[in-house]
Amino acid sequence: MKVSFKKGLLTAAMAGLVTVGVTGCGGGESASSGVTPQTMADSLFAVMESDRTTYTKLIIGRLAVKEKVIKASEHWEDEKALVLPAQMFRYGAERVAEKTDKFSYSLLSLWPINKQNAPKSDIEKEGLKYIADNPGKNFYGEETLGGQKYYTAMYADVAVAQACIKCHNEHKDTPRTDFKMGEVMGGVVIRIPLEL
Amino acid sequence: MMKVKLLNPWLVWGIVTVALVAYFSIPLFYEDGDKSVFLTGETTHGHYQIEMQCNACHLSEFGGQEALQESCVNCHGDELKRAKDSHPKSKFTDPRNADRTAILDARFCVTCHTEHNQEVVGQMGLTLPEDYCIKCHEDIEEDRVSHKDLGFETCATSGCHNYHDNKGIYEDFLLKHVDEPIVHSPAKSKPLKGRRQQGDVLTLQDIDAPESLKYEQLIHADWLETTHAQQGVNCSDCHQVKDKATNIATWITKPDHKVCSDCHKEEVDGFLDGKHGMRLKQNMSPMTPAMARQDMKSTAGHKELGCQSCHSAHRYDTKQAAVTACQNCHDDDHTNAYEDSPHYSLWVKASTGQIDSREGVSCASCHMPREIRKNNVGEETIVVQHNQNDNLRPNEKMIRSVCMDCHGLEFSIDALADAELVKRNFKGKPSKHIQSMDWARSRVETK
Repeated sequence: MKVSFKKGLLTAAMAGLVTVGVTGCGGGESASSGVTPQTMADSLFAVMESDRTTYTKLIIGRLAVKEKVIKASEHWEDEKALVLPAQMFRYGAERVAEKTDKFSYSLLSLWPINKQNAPKSDIEKEGLKYIADNPGKNFYGEETLGGQKYYTAMYADVAVAQACIKCHNEHKDTPRTDFKMGEVMGGVVIRIPLEL
Repeated sequence: MMKVKLLNPWLVWGIVTVALVAYFSIPLFYEDGDKSVFLTGETTHGHYQIEMQCNACHLSEFGGQEALQESCVNCHGDELKRAKDSHPKSKFTDPRNADRTAILDARFCVTCHTEHNQEVVGQMGLTLPEDYCIKCHEDIEEDRVSHKDLGFETCATSGCHNYHDNKGIYEDFLLKHVDEPIVHSPAKSKPLKGRRQQGDVLTLQDIDAPESLKYEQLIHADWLETTHAQQGVNCSDCHQVKDKATNIATWITKPDHKVCSDCHKEEVDGFLDGKHGMRLKQNMSPMTPAMARQDMKSTAGHKELGCQSCHSAHRYDTKQAAVTACQNCHDDDHTNAYEDSPHYSLWVKASTGQIDSREGVSCASCHMPREIRKNNVGEETIVVQHNQNDNLRPNEKMIRSVCMDCHGLEFSIDALADAELVKRNFKGKPSKHIQSMDWARSRVETK
């Protein structure tokens, strides 16, 4: 199942890219039959979010928190433990980065455990604040990084399991200790390069 | 009046051109040809052995940085994966780090590790800028009060940070090993597991060398006493090599590392990755101590390095390979101080059966350590890492793979940070104290 999911993800990405070249970089649906950057980003996020929730609930929530048959740890190899959901997401993003430069994604937060995952660019700061202040809404914009123009979409990353809030509230490096179930904890940022 | 007959200038031009082209191009057609005229500067310690094999690094004449990067990864990629590289390329291809990549283009190894530029080669034998950490971590004191006022050049000092390999020094690892004793009890290296029985035990009657072959009878005794005879490995298994194309078997007097690799692949791969075998990996002549830049014994200058140079054919005495073989060539302070070290005392006791064999510490215990490896179905094997360079520089790479078998983490960090103690082969106590564990401890206590 996972293999076919990844193939689908890449196919969606490639199809989207071809269309970006054809339809320009508008946010809404185009008159052509292609996929707009927004639709491409929304589709990618749908897959990412579903996979992330599934791993968090069915693997971490069930085996590490509820049944307690195995630990989940940042140092999963040394501890012979499960990979944390945030790491699972990042490793996936790194593998995608090795395969294609047609899109990239990352997981950021206004309250990151690893300070490198705090917002950096103006659009990251604006977008993360927007999705935290407006639950259920996404943020879309464009930015230029390193001379390349990007369509940048941001989506809320919500606490879907006790494991999320327990780990983040108790971690020694967390800047926030009062996360509750269902709250926005951060955001998924998807970038699609556009033709200048 | 006499007329001077001048040579036709076109003819002269043609002869000179042909001569110059021949002079520069002929060495390019030979693996070991002298190509030093093409070197743009002195090669680093890591690469000088293979500097005449230009295409080991310069994969393509017009490939630019990408081709160079490919050659770096070809030789060092697996090692970086095993080290859980803390700064993989993907960190710098992420568009959100474009501003950082513009300052420090860490997508390419050569950004920090330049070649043919001996003036900037550091202690570890490669070029390395001192200020690279601060490019991205300038604000570190906001998270780590202890790091306030630390110099930018101190980040990567021993026991602190390593850009690629932080397996033995990350904060939670330090915390897990606080208050460990200087020496563990028991203090033992990893066990060496015997190989699975390959065949029936062989005796003198089984020898299958051609009867016409003349050789010293001592070889029989050596062979009989070693694992080869006990594992069913006969003379022909090593000496009779089949040509892959013609399938014709030929008797060879001195089998090379490729033959050993049929059964000892992981060990030979390690050997070829390290400084002892890297020339053979590039199909060049074997390394000799005379070619080394380190201090070597003049008596060993022309010894050619291969499996047998340390292991001695037929005898395969691992004790000889673990200490004497090293001492036969190396002539530096650390090697020469070994026999006056506590490690050597343990080695002597272990060799004479006074203590457990795993309590002895040889040169190989640290520089060619035993590694526990697991295959994809969870089967465990113990392999001797034959790449002597694998954990050598920076020396904190040795902490997890070696030191912690016997010593506490804090002591190990301090000992490795004391260059004089290293020279004395660890005779005495560390005169330095690295504060990383103190800082980790106090940060957690104040949380």
